[in-house]
Amino acid sequence: MSDESGSIFDGLIGGDSSQWAFGTDFEDPLAGVDTTVPDGVDHGELAGYCLMLGDDALIMSQRLSEWCSRAPDLEEDIALANMALDLLGQARLLLARAAAADPGVVPALPDGSPVPAEDALAFFREAEAFRNVRLAEVANGDFAHVVVRLLLFSAARLALLERLRGSADKVLAAVAAKGVKEVAYHRDWAGRWFLTLARGTDESHRRLVAALDALWPLQDELVATHPLERSLARAGVGVDPASTRDEVDAVLDQVFAVSGVDRPDRAPLAGVGGRTGRHGTHTEALSRLLAEMQVVARAHPSGRW
Amino acid sequence: MTTTPTERDPEERLRAGFDATIARHDRIEPRDWMPDAYRRTLVRQIAQHAHSEIIGMQPEGNWIGRAPSLRRKAILLAKVQDEAGHGLYLYSACETLGVSRAELTDLLLAGRQKYSSIFNYPTLSYADVGTIGWLVDGAAICNQVPLCRTSYGPYGRAMIRICKEESFHQRQGYELLMTMMRGTDAQRAMVQESVDRFWWPSLMMFGPPDAQSPNSARSMAWGVKRNSNDELRQKFVDMTVPQAEALGVTLPDPDLRWNEERGHHDFGEPDWEELAAVIAGNGPCNAQRLAHRRAAHEDGAWVREAATAFAERSAGAGAR
Repeated sequence: MSDESGSIFDGLIGGDSSQWAFGTDFEDPLAGVDTTVPDGVDHGELAGYCLMLGDDALIMSQRLSEWCSRAPDLEEDIALANMALDLLGQARLLLARAAAADPGVVPALPDGSPVPAEDALAFFREAEAFRNVRLAEVANGDFAHVVVRLLLFSAARLALLERLRGSADKVLAAVAAKGVKEVAYHRDWAGRWFLTLARGTDESHRRLVAALDALWPLQDELVATHPLERSLARAGVGVDPASTRDEVDAVLDQVFAVSGVDRPDRAPLAGVGGRTGRHGTHTEALSRLLAEMQVVARAHPSGRW
Repeated sequence: MTTTPTERDPEERLRAGFDATIARHDRIEPRDWMPDAYRRTLVRQIAQHAHSEIIGMQPEGNWIGRAPSLRRKAILLAKVQDEAGHGLYLYSACETLGVSRAELTDLLLAGRQKYSSIFNYPTLSYADVGTIGWLVDGAAICNQVPLCRTSYGPYGRAMIRICKEESFHQRQGYELLMTMMRGTDAQRAMVQESVDRFWWPSLMMFGPPDAQSPNSARSMAWGVKRNSNDELRQKFVDMTVPQAEALGVTLPDPDLRWNEERGHHDFGEPDWEELAAVIAGNGPCNAQRLAHRRAAHEDGAWVREAATAFAERSAGAGAR
């Protein structure tokens, strides 16, 4: 037997740790970045805003990752995992930013717990502390469902991130600059599949229209304004989603037109007493999603992973 | 050479050329002549390997949704995605032998082609993600590194890429276990319990003992396979023992000890009846793994049909 396999195994003990993907230990994703909060910006508001954008990415990533090993073909399995990974990366940066801006948003853990802030936020908050839009959390359906969800989500997120690149907060500006490239691909992937399914077979057209019909009422929340967003937009740190509405509409109308699909004539999903996902009032799906996502972490609040 | 090529019939000449290529340890390429049995053996082995990558996404994929840190979730998702990529390379290598991915998928779902029996074991804790990386990927690397020099070119080249990524996965798995061992008592117990469950199935990954391995001899003669099952198993045990010590776990084999005379570790006998049962389809997860794969394939049929219809329509529109 050759020594080739031996050399691979020898690397396990000792060796050059810089070769390891994702490092050999937890590293602060914001290490080396200027995390000073711009003058005049409320730390709690900035943290809340980062949770909105971070939770959107985290919960959407969780739903996308459920597709792993279930996609119609290997190429789409890989593409969906890629998009889940992109959004997970965005979520980590945004949750870390939230914790750096206002440590008060991070749930308390037992003394000496090595759980980093991003994980405390992801795994130890209750559903009502999550600030994601409801579109991100509803349960998966068929492949048309994930295509439509991604189209609606990425059209709005791309328009938002493009504007956020100019944020007075250097971290948000950097996250947005990186995210624009990723989400542009997500929107492109979803747009191409939207067209393919719309003009594929009768069945694919029917399924696509059904998915669009089901998800459309959740679209409006993506471009609706929460008071916190308005306040941070005024401070030059955040983006008022309402300012992206025309652009998002134009993008979606173009996809609908090319695909020969009508824009749904359905009203936005109402909130509860006016409260929606951005306020922490969610669908029934979120607590189930969190039950799965958080189960191992919560069983080991002092665990080291 | 004792006879000139022109004295032989064409098939015999081709066979002589094939044999000479094998004897020189050179690569056979897709357009070269090859015996039908060589082609069949390769299709069987590469397809089984491709199916193993795809079915192998499930046991670890089982924990993506519950990964206990965001960093671990990213690592695991990227790893399972790599396995889909490996499946793609290998199905492509098989296509150079004239068999399509769709045909191979049908054979898998019909139960007419196999995949590695290790994936018919359940993953019961997050430590299993690390143990699979360390032991299962480790055993797979032992099996696969020699295949980088296999006689069929496209297979060998696919294996070079795959082995690089697998060794990465193995290090990540070992690193997860190392980190958990520095954690709480409950985490250390979780690691030990996981190693206890996966140790023997990992040894079984090298296949039955040489004396009972029906396809081995011919595959070795053709250079498709380079080392015997028992040789590779011994190598794996010898490499793993010091790693287990460094990790601080006990390998669950009372007969495991260093044999100075042989220069190798002695170790106990895996339960070959269990392996036979798993291979025969009665493993803990055989039915579940195939049902999952079948459901994904069938649920996606309308999407593949739509993509084909759309492509044909677009091509037709382009032609006009």
